[in-house]
Amino acid sequence: MRIVVPLKPVPDLVEEIDLNADRTGIDREYLTFVLGEWDAQALEEALLIKDAGGAEVVTVGLAHDLEIDQILYTALAKGADVAVKLTDAAGAVPPGPAGIRIADRAALLAGYLAAQPADLVISGVQAADDLDGQLPPTLAALLDLPHVSVAVSVEVDGSSVIVRQEFAAGRLHELQVQMPAVIGVQSARQAPRYAPITRIRQAMQAGGLITCAVSPLPTRAGAVVRGMHRPEANHQAEMLTGSAGDVADQIVGLLRARGLVQR
Amino acid sequence: MVLAEHTGRQVSEETHKLICKARELALALGGLTEVALLGRTDLAGQLDGADIVVTVDHPALSEYLPEAYERTLLDLLAERSPRLLLMSNGTIGLDLAAALSVRWDAALVTAVSALEIEADAVTATAQILGGKVLVRVELPGERGIATLLGGVFEAGTRWSSRDAEVIHVAPPTGLDALRMSLRRVVEADPGDVDISLADMLVSVGRGIESQDNMEIVAELAAALGVPLSASRPVVDAGWLPKTRQVGQSGLKVKPRVYLALGISGAPEHLEGMRNAELILACNTDPGAPIFGVAHYGTTVDLFDLVPELVGKVRG
Repeated sequence: MRIVVPLKPVPDLVEEIDLNADRTGIDREYLTFVLGEWDAQALEEALLIKDAGGAEVVTVGLAHDLEIDQILYTALAKGADVAVKLTDAAGAVPPGPAGIRIADRAALLAGYLAAQPADLVISGVQAADDLDGQLPPTLAALLDLPHVSVAVSVEVDGSSVIVRQEFAAGRLHELQVQMPAVIGVQSARQAPRYAPITRIRQAMQAGGLITCAVSPLPTRAGAVVRGMHRPEANHQAEMLTGSAGDVADQIVGLLRARGLVQR
Repeated sequence: MVLAEHTGRQVSEETHKLICKARELALALGGLTEVALLGRTDLAGQLDGADIVVTVDHPALSEYLPEAYERTLLDLLAERSPRLLLMSNGTIGLDLAAALSVRWDAALVTAVSALEIEADAVTATAQILGGKVLVRVELPGERGIATLLGGVFEAGTRWSSRDAEVIHVAPPTGLDALRMSLRRVVEADPGDVDISLADMLVSVGRGIESQDNMEIVAELAAALGVPLSASRPVVDAGWLPKTRQVGQSGLKVKPRVYLALGISGAPEHLEGMRNAELILACNTDPGAPIFGVAHYGTTVDLFDLVPELVGKVRG
């Protein structure tokens, strides 16, 4: 069984995010990019399927993505079998106006999957910078495959998968889905495994990233970005300042006034 | 057109908010508000504010099933040709909107926090990067799809229960030969504590960094005699059970006091707690979106603040 896991770096949300000069995208120059948290969950779920019954796990990134080599080597160190970087036929992939159009990313991945089909595509349910939709349903529609997103477990059952789809407040639908299929993972059955730095270094020394030129499938119309801004204007909190002890005093005072702290 | 969401017996609160927004847009564009109600024709009377309710009944639509909903909606979109399809940004929106966008060839914008008509064009503000950046977009052309964040839009005044025109549409062919089926519905485990009933919550986010550090926030919760809750990353990491998760895919809470420690305030989390009476937020990032909804905030490090709080609460 062949499982393809698309991986996408996103800005590390711990850092401050600046906009570019004309405010149509984020300033990528000084940002750290890390694997999207949902993609990390998707990779873990794919590796769990491999652990349970054997599968070839193929991780796929776009060649122009920042930090993609590091992310793919880490995936290999965790147990992925193959790591592929996609370019278009000209050998490059333009990042697009804001670098965030899922439609363009999906078109390229769909081109790859059309040429090299998978039994399962397992992707993060969303990415932190999604604006024009999520990757799994976009890919599935381009490839005319069944899809389920917001999955919290994916287990193989013959020629189908049993997927648990999560709704608000933890309600679940258990679905049986024929393969080939595309699944968007919210969280894996266990926390993503850790890859020791020595194993990542070994993967880097061994090389092994495959570059693959593909023809993107045609995709849909997109929303037009008019501009971006940061939400400072919505700042409404009264800020408590001083030492940690001073702030703790103020918070305890607020709780005491509401009868939540007696002493 | 609004896609109604229901849990079988009841139309969701978010659906009422979508209808309210759709009505406002329809008035601006000189159109009508239609609601697509799949699987439960009997709930049409709950859809106050709709001019037209389009219903489709089929056993495959009795509960949400992605492929059945997608095929049915594509048929309805082709037949009814709405200017705009509004969906919630919850599970169904995340599952369907992008696929409909490709198949219906319509521009899509997700995680929308504002939506309006400007000179006959539909413009939206979307939140990306955990709410740290707002994007203004235009949905060009004659059709578009927007998924609206929960907890942002108001249900407003319910329109009187005037009767909407109800149109029954035959289900599309192929619903008996889907590539997926629903095996069962698993109701949520009630868990040890119902955090939605708590007077106060100590809630912890990604800023707690590791499972070992959970001990200090658990100590604070114990000192206050209140439950510990969390944002999604903490639950996904397995540091607290799902029953303690606040947010879109967890529980919606409205305690008297919500103390958010190391929570940045992604839109999905804010949806679950923004109606708390008093929100206190501690995050070292002064730009964290949580400060947009908190009443009081501090950028003091939680690892310095929490031990101080424990000491002072214990007296």
